[in-house]
Amino acid sequence: MAYGSKVIDHFEKPRNVGSLDIKDSSVGTGIVGAPECGDVMKLQIKVNPDTNVIEDAKFKTFGCGSAIASSSLATEWVKGKNIDEALAITNTQIVEELSLPPVKIHCSVLAEDAIKAAIGDYKRKMNHVDSTSIASHSANG
Amino acid sequence: MINTKSSNLNSGKAQELKPSKTIYLDNHATTPVDPAVLDEMIPYFTQTFGNAASRNHRFGWTAEEAVEKARLQIAQMIGANPKEIIFTSGATESNNLAIRGVAEMYRSKGNHIITTVIEHKAVIDTAKYLETQGFEITFLPVDKFGMVRPEDVKNAITDKTILISVMTANNEIGTINPIAEIGALAKERGIIFHTDAVQAIGRIPVNVDDLKVDLLSISAHKIYGPKGVGALYIRRKNPRVRLSPIIFGGGHERGMRSGTLNVPGIVGFGKAIELAAKLMPEESKRLQKMRDRLHEALMAQLDEVTLNGHPEKRLSNNLNLSFAYVEGEALMMAIPEIAVSSGSACTSASLEPSYVLKAMGIGEDLAHSSLRFGLGRFTTEEEINFAIEKTVAAVKKLREMSPLYEMAKEGIDLKSVQWTAH
Repeated sequence: MAYGSKVIDHFEKPRNVGSLDIKDSSVGTGIVGAPECGDVMKLQIKVNPDTNVIEDAKFKTFGCGSAIASSSLATEWVKGKNIDEALAITNTQIVEELSLPPVKIHCSVLAEDAIKAAIGDYKRKMNHVDSTSIASHSANG
Repeated sequence: MINTKSSNLNSGKAQELKPSKTIYLDNHATTPVDPAVLDEMIPYFTQTFGNAASRNHRFGWTAEEAVEKARLQIAQMIGANPKEIIFTSGATESNNLAIRGVAEMYRSKGNHIITTVIEHKAVIDTAKYLETQGFEITFLPVDKFGMVRPEDVKNAITDKTILISVMTANNEIGTINPIAEIGALAKERGIIFHTDAVQAIGRIPVNVDDLKVDLLSISAHKIYGPKGVGALYIRRKNPRVRLSPIIFGGGHERGMRSGTLNVPGIVGFGKAIELAAKLMPEESKRLQKMRDRLHEALMAQLDEVTLNGHPEKRLSNNLNLSFAYVEGEALMMAIPEIAVSSGSACTSASLEPSYVLKAMGIGEDLAHSSLRFGLGRFTTEEEINFAIEKTVAAVKKLREMSPLYEMAKEGIDLKSVQWTAH
C-alpha cells in the first residue's frame, strides 16, 4: 500500500522515541496492544504535578508504519497540553492528520488508548493507589 | 521478423538490464521476463498473429506450430508427452481445473479429497468451494519446517478418496515436500495425485514419472516468462486421467480448456522453460551461494533472527526470516530500496498473519516479524551486499523503537505479560 506523506515523515523521523523513568512518580506509562496482534505501543508522559501540564512525552512502538506514525504524532500532540486537554485527543483526529486508510484505523485507536492509559497511570500514581502494577510491566491500559 | 535488441540467448542473463533504484528480491511473487524470452514472443503479436485454431490458412498453421513447439519444450522439462500438456491462463486456473475437474469427473467413485494447510489459496479456496458442494476435504498439517508428512497422507486415505493435492515447494518458506513418496502412496491406492509445482519448476528437477504425479500445475511468470499463461500436465497413461472442463466453448485443448490460445504467451512460456532447463544447474548453485551469504550475514550482524522453513530441503532462492521484536510491514517500509514481502498481517487485507507460518507452529508474534527474500536470475552480489547493509540498519533502527526489544533486553519474559488484546 502507498503511504501518506505525513505517515512517511513520522516513520522516517519519529518524534520523541525513547523512555522515561518508569519509577518516577510524575511519569505515567501506558502500554497497549499485544505482540500477537502485531502492534504494541508504549507511551510515557512526564507531568508537572503543580500545573498538570505534560512537559515531556516519549514512545516506543512495535508495529507497522502507521502505528509508529500514530504514536509519534500522539507524543507530539500531548506535549505542552494539560492532562484534560490530552484526554480530549481522539483517534479520528489522528486518522485525519495522517490520512490513514480504513485498514489502519486501529493504529489510531491504539494511540488514543495509549494516551489514556498513560494519563490513567499517572493519576493512579498521584493517588498513591497502586504503583506496583506499572513496575511489573502490566500492559492493562 | 521484428528484431528487438540483441540479447544473449545462450546465457539468458540480461547484462543489459540496468540496475533500477529499487532492487528486486521478490522472485517468488513474479519474475521479470528474460529478454531472450521477449525476443521470441514479439513476432507473434504483429507478424505471425494467427489463431492456432484456424485450420485453413497459413496464419493459423504458423501459430499452431509455435504452440506445439512450446508444448514440446514444456513436456520435455517434466518428462511428459506433449499430448499431456494443456495451456491455461496461469497456475490458478491450472489448480482450479485439476481439482474441480477431478472432483466432478470422479464423483461417482468418491467424495474425499486430501490436501494441506500450506497450499496456495488457488488450491485451498477451490477445496473449500468443493466442501460446499458435498465433498469432504482433509487439510493435512505440516511439521515445524512446513513439510507434509507422508504418514499423514497415508492415514488420511479412505475408500472415498479420489484426489490428493500437495504442493511441490512452498511459495513462502521454500520447503520442498516429499512428493515422490506421497506419489507412491497415491499410486498404490489408485488415487489421482496433483501437485502445484509453480515454485519448484526451474529451481529443482521435476519429472512426472519420478514423482509419480498425475496432474501438475506450472506458471510462466515464475520462470522469467510472461504473466497470464500457465499449463496443466494431465497423465494419459497408467492411469489415463480425465477431467471435466471448467471453461466451456470451442473445444480447444482437447475439450479440457476452451478459449483461443494466448500464442505469444505460450511461445514465451516455451522459451522460458527451455532456458530454465538449461540454466538450472548453474543458476540454482549460484543463487544458493548468494542466499546463504545473505542468511549468514544477517545472522552474524543481528541477534534473535530465526529461519522459517527447512534448513536444507528448501528452494535455493528462498530465505524467510523472522526478525524478533520488529514488525514486518514497518521493516519493509524502512527498506524502500528493496522489494521483498512479509508474512505480517499488515501486508494482507485480512489482517491475519501468514497461514503458512502459523501452520508450522510459529507464534503470531514471529509471523508478524517475518520477511521473505526471493532471489532470482538477475540478482547480483552487489544487490545482496546492499540488502544486507540496509536490512541490518533497518532492523537495528526499529528495535531501538521497539518496546518489546527493550523489555526483552531488560529480561522480561514477554509471554508472562498480560497484554491487552484489540
